[in-house]
Amino acid sequence: MTFSPELEARFADLLTHYPPGRQRGALIPMLMYAQDEVGAVTPDLMEELAKRLDISVLQVDEVVGYYSMLHKKPQGKYHIQICTNVACMLRGGAELYEHACKKLGVGHKQTQASGKFSLEEVECIGACSWAPAIQVNYDFHHEVTVSQLDQVLEGLQ
Amino acid sequence: MKLYNPPSPLETKVISKRFGVENSWRLDTYLATGGFESFKKVMEWTPDQIIDEVKASSLRGRGGAGFPTGLKWSFVPKNVEGPKYIVVNADESEPGTCKDRLLIEHDPYQMIEGILIAAKAVGATKGWVYIRGEYRYLIDHFDSVLKEAYQRGYLGKNIAGTGFDFDLYSQTGAGAYECGEESALLESLEGKRGVPRIRPPFPAVSGAFQAPTVLNNVETFSTVPEIIRGGGKWYADLGTPKNGGTRMVCLAGHVNKPGVYEVPLGMNMMYFINEIGGGMWKGKKMKATIPGGSSCPILRADECDIPMDYDSMAKAGTMLGSGGMMVMDEDTDMVKIALRIMRFYKHESCGWCIPCREGTTWLQKMLSRIVDGNGAMRDVDMVGELAKSMLGRTFCPLGDAAAMPTISIVEKFRPEFEAYVARNPFASSELVQVG
Ligand SMILES: Cc1cc2nc3c(=O)[nH]c(=O)nc-3n(C[C@H](O)[C@H](O)[C@H](O)COP(=O)(O)O)c2cc1C
Ligand code: SF4
Ligand code: FES
Repeated sequence: MTFSPELEARFADLLTHYPPGRQRGALIPMLMYAQDEVGAVTPDLMEELAKRLDISVLQVDEVVGYYSMLHKKPQGKYHIQICTNVACMLRGGAELYEHACKKLGVGHKQTQASGKFSLEEVECIGACSWAPAIQVNYDFHHEVTVSQLDQVLEGLQ
Repeated sequence: MKLYNPPSPLETKVISKRFGVENSWRLDTYLATGGFESFKKVMEWTPDQIIDEVKASSLRGRGGAGFPTGLKWSFVPKNVEGPKYIVVNADESEPGTCKDRLLIEHDPYQMIEGILIAAKAVGATKGWVYIRGEYRYLIDHFDSVLKEAYQRGYLGKNIAGTGFDFDLYSQTGAGAYECGEESALLESLEGKRGVPRIRPPFPAVSGAFQAPTVLNNVETFSTVPEIIRGGGKWYADLGTPKNGGTRMVCLAGHVNKPGVYEVPLGMNMMYFINEIGGGMWKGKKMKATIPGGSSCPILRADECDIPMDYDSMAKAGTMLGSGGMMVMDEDTDMVKIALRIMRFYKHESCGWCIPCREGTTWLQKMLSRIVDGNGAMRDVDMVGELAKSMLGRTFCPLGDAAAMPTISIVEKFRPEFEAYVARNPFASSELVQVG
């Protein structure tokens, strides 16, 4: 499996961060950064990282299964994450989520057939004082109203 | 870097004083405002002198448990072979908490200086800042800061010409609340599932990669340069006895001016909510407040007239926790709050031990049953009893974190649960009693 030169450079740097013989420490960062490039944690990717870190594919697989941000299936081009935990719930997070379900025609962890949008109801994303908060891919939006959500979604091509 | 909420003139800005200053995250800004003076000062000190100064400050960990920081550092063994490490907990996943990201965003060098001082105190040579994966923008920002720090000689070999060496890296998480728990975080750092370790040994003796490790929260490290600058006693005197200094409080919920504010420990909670937080929104009355993140027992409005410090909170039966304060108005449905909190802990339980895995699952089911209008009176009792039976019986504190708020909400707002049950026409019939 081949990666972009930038990602290869990042991997090479990452591997210097850990004590000798403990390069497995790089597994989760490598999975996260590779997932961004590949679009999902594919079987090929797991095999490649297992080989590079000298661990079994099963050891990679059990890690992938544990962490909620690692996913084996591709998400939409825009992954819409809406927080409904307490601070957001108190200021309309659940209404935002319901609105997004209707507007996008998909539910929790589902992707539109076109592949454009996917949706996820998420736990606290660390924006509680500026609730309700959402993330589109890695971008935060704070103090979001229903009409702002519409604007955000409509602005994405 | 923009501020997400305007500051309040009533804050005491010790570690947030550079927030909002132009280019506050750049090395030159930091150096021009006293940066790295504390680090240079402690280069002349013995490790014990540093630890004693931190002990004198009565600084307690800002990550949740409130353990005295100086004492924690003193547990690192002195005369052992091999490397020692520093790990910074920037997992920031306790619902209600959003302060660590600001400290790294606006003043990353302050945290780096605190890490270097801790490294000098315990003899550490390498460290990682473990940042939750959702904060990718922050990891990218911090990586650019690290690059500048290396280029300018404030990390790596012979830091600022002092002869001291230290390497620091960022490490991304991948979405798991449990990885904020210190031993689960260390497992994650080693490339494994975030399942906690048996303790003892504690991280001070066997931490990252089985080496002695100091693990503290972002805010804890960020406070250290100011303690060295002003002296432990000066810092302690900002707060109340045994509760030194200031802390970042993340105010959220039904108030007029939610935001992250720095206030001295011991400030009255109602004063904080009313004067700094602008009081309740829409002219409503307060019903309850979760004072320090969703794992803290809830306070009724009439219990909130207390000083915000670790000891006063403990006396009131709750905790200052991670500083995530969530205020609820009179219209809030406490049963739904209890259910939402439980859904979170059920989702985040790592599944390692049965009381937590099964307890959170069944509590969520019972609370859903009540909210859906299918509950019986015995469900209300059972929720309280089951939660109590989890206390102290789990492998890590997540089990307690799920149980404590639940117990307090059922006890303090029982009539609301009963009102839900009363709406169920079958609630008192034999049918429900048998199954
Ligand atoms: C389930 C769980 C989640 C936690 N999450 C965090 C967190 O996100 N950030 C944090 O600093 N501490 C968190 N803690 C507390 C850490 O285990 C640890 O006590 C703390 O990071 C130590 O730093 P301090 O002494 O500076 O507070 C968590 C604890 C538990 C049990
Ligand atoms: S208490 Fe919960 S999170 Fe902690 S080890 Fe047990 S199952 Fe895992
Ligand atoms: S509760 Fe939504 S960001 Fe914290």
